[in-house]
Amino acid sequence: MRAGPALEVDRLLDDPRTRIIVCCGSGGVGKTTTAAALGLRAAERGRHVVVLTVDPARRLAQSMGLSSLDNTPRPVPGAEAEAAGGSLHAMMLDMKRTFDEIVEAHSDPDRAEQILANPFYQSLSSSFAGTQEYMAMEKLGQLRHSDEWDLIVVDTPPSRSALDFLDAPQRLSRFLDGRLIRVLTAPTKAGGRAYLKFVTAGFTMVTGVITKIIGAQLLRDVQTFVAAFDTMFGGFRERAEDTYRLLQAPGTAFLVIATPEPDALREASYFVDRLSSDQMPLAGLIVNRVHRSPAAHLSAARSLAAAEVLQPVPGSGESPFDLGENGHGENGQHGENHLAGPEAGVPDLRGTPASAATTSRHPLTATALRLHAERMQLAERERRLEESFSASHPVIPMAEVLAQPEDVHDLDGLRSVGKELARGVRLS
Amino acid sequence: MWWRGGDSLLWVRPRDTDWEGVRLHVVTGKGGTGKTTVAGALAIALAAGGRRVLLMEVEGRQGIARLFDSPPLPYGERRVAVAPATPTLPGGEVYALAADAEAALIEYLEMFYNLRHAGTALTRLGVVDFATTIAPGLRDVLLTGKAVEATRRRSGGRLYYDAVVMDAPPTGRIGKFLNVATEVSGLAKVGPIRGHADTVQSVIRSPQTAVHFVTVLEEMPVQETLDGVAELRGLAQGGLQLGGIMINMVRPVDLTEEQLRAAAEGTLDQHELDTGLKAAGIEDRRGLAASLAAELTEHAREELAQRAQRSRLAEAGQPRYDLPLITDQMDLAGLYRLAAALRDQGAA
Repeated sequence: MRAGPALEVDRLLDDPRTRIIVCCGSGGVGKTTTAAALGLRAAERGRHVVVLTVDPARRLAQSMGLSSLDNTPRPVPGAEAEAAGGSLHAMMLDMKRTFDEIVEAHSDPDRAEQILANPFYQSLSSSFAGTQEYMAMEKLGQLRHSDEWDLIVVDTPPSRSALDFLDAPQRLSRFLDGRLIRVLTAPTKAGGRAYLKFVTAGFTMVTGVITKIIGAQLLRDVQTFVAAFDTMFGGFRERAEDTYRLLQAPGTAFLVIATPEPDALREASYFVDRLSSDQMPLAGLIVNRVHRSPAAHLSAARSLAAAEVLQPVPGSGESPFDLGENGHGENGQHGENHLAGPEAGVPDLRGTPASAATTSRHPLTATALRLHAERMQLAERERRLEESFSASHPVIPMAEVLAQPEDVHDLDGLRSVGKELARGVRLS
Repeated sequence: MWWRGGDSLLWVRPRDTDWEGVRLHVVTGKGGTGKTTVAGALAIALAAGGRRVLLMEVEGRQGIARLFDSPPLPYGERRVAVAPATPTLPGGEVYALAADAEAALIEYLEMFYNLRHAGTALTRLGVVDFATTIAPGLRDVLLTGKAVEATRRRSGGRLYYDAVVMDAPPTGRIGKFLNVATEVSGLAKVGPIRGHADTVQSVIRSPQTAVHFVTVLEEMPVQETLDGVAELRGLAQGGLQLGGIMINMVRPVDLTEEQLRAAAEGTLDQHELDTGLKAAGIEDRRGLAASLAAELTEHAREELAQRAQRSRLAEAGQPRYDLPLITDQMDLAGLYRLAAALRDQGAA
């Protein structure tokens, strides 16, 4: 029984009208890996792809086998795209350099130098909370306008919330274009004094407090920065609006990434609602790290019952941390472990307790049945979470990727993730 | 209740913990590793034995409220949990605070300039947002400042909180977050913020503060932990103290070494499995032994991959603590189990 339709990944990747794919979702759900896997698959199916990542941890670099990424798209070695007539490039965003490039492109050399040297600009371009998102959008716009690639796959910044990504560009442009910053900086500009006449005691109070908070010297830096940056202000807002429109355009597809866990699906849910209220084109939901069993016909309950037939010792499979009624003996051991020093502090979780091994028949089967029951319970929990997501978002296509026993860290791994994504059918 | 089950000595035993003297515990970790949960468990563990602990979040996610299944936290300290009482000692208390830069700024203005009304008016005008925007790092220094204030707060001649646990930003941002007082100091060369930043810095970079990392035994989170440790070690010259590595979601291993190897190589004796299934009374066994063997193989490979990650973490040279995987939905009972694991291993 499945609630949502299947997400047809290959159709999305093969459609020449798809020009931008944005992967979003909360942290730790596998956005970067998914973006890389989609990019690789599209390239090996004949598209000219660039994957843009904004992650400072260089995770994409690792999973694409590159030792470094910089602000320019680099070909990915080992991608077998040529046979299909495609190509694969990848790049990592350098937000400061992107910002510098905008400044250089839009002002004369003297003024650009003045701006780049301003201490306020330097901290704004390297640490303002929205700069990374803003510059990601800027870079996306540049890549799109260059028309060198026919598909851009973007991995969104690791924001505290998935929604920051949509808000930050507007926040930065609103800030740089804001009235408050103009009022504050008015005295340094010609004509500013006339404006000032209308701003009475309130203005003095405001400047006074701001000076108290941040200090007069920083305020002066801001004023000189704004004076130098003035000509670019309008441009900033325009650019932010442009990229925003680009995201709403039909060639863009948003993929929301999640794992079958309450927090990640809750974020996904917020994101889906937000995309729809902003009229952003949502292509579907990808659920990573899903657990399924090849022996789904043996239920958790029957499996546990069978394990008990073989191994009727209670508590043998429990964690040594379990301080429940059965846990005393193990805790004693544990404390000693700790006293032996930090190296021994790693608890020994291996091995079935000896008592259990001697009293049980077929210990391997009993263990297998217990693990199977655990997995069935996990799969069931995950399915319930996904179903409740589908129930509130019934028309959103979904695809699942099974949990891999090992991490993906090479192109082969990405290829098999891509294959699973494309299976298109949900595995319930 | 579980903690009375013969192990209550764990809670009252007078003993040294690994972080004696640390009063501000900063907990960071990659997204998805259970940072907030571990911070909550650490707060409970520290509160044991009649102590009062503040658990504080700084990212406006209301993660603590969700963890303790309470309504969204206001900007105010509110009791969210008690640590288990013992026959000889009262239960400790965990307070929670969802810190917010604007509120912290108004508090700050009031404290130093008696400007509460102005502060409120300024918030309406968007001035506070503006100030925290044009001084990147001001927001962070206000948040760390709030943690430092709570750490140093005194009442009736004694420290108000025995410990403060901060659910801090993720590993990728932690260096910047904690170093922000320096960044602000560099930016605002004079002025009150500079003075404030210096005070914050002096506490963060002292033996009173330790930065703990939460990870799971997967490649990327482990890599980020190692990167984060290396980054903070760079700041350690300035007195920043690295804390423990909390390994979250550790699964017990039920296979013997020999079975583990065989399972990983895919050479398990399926006939033996099948005989066992028959003995257990399972009738329809078609393909079952093969499927279970496949599950065991996956499990074993996961375990071996996790062991490799564990030895990489050992390279960081920081104390490590294991937190068991809670297979049910995380609730208070689960948190208490994690807290017990932390105490058991000397983390608190």
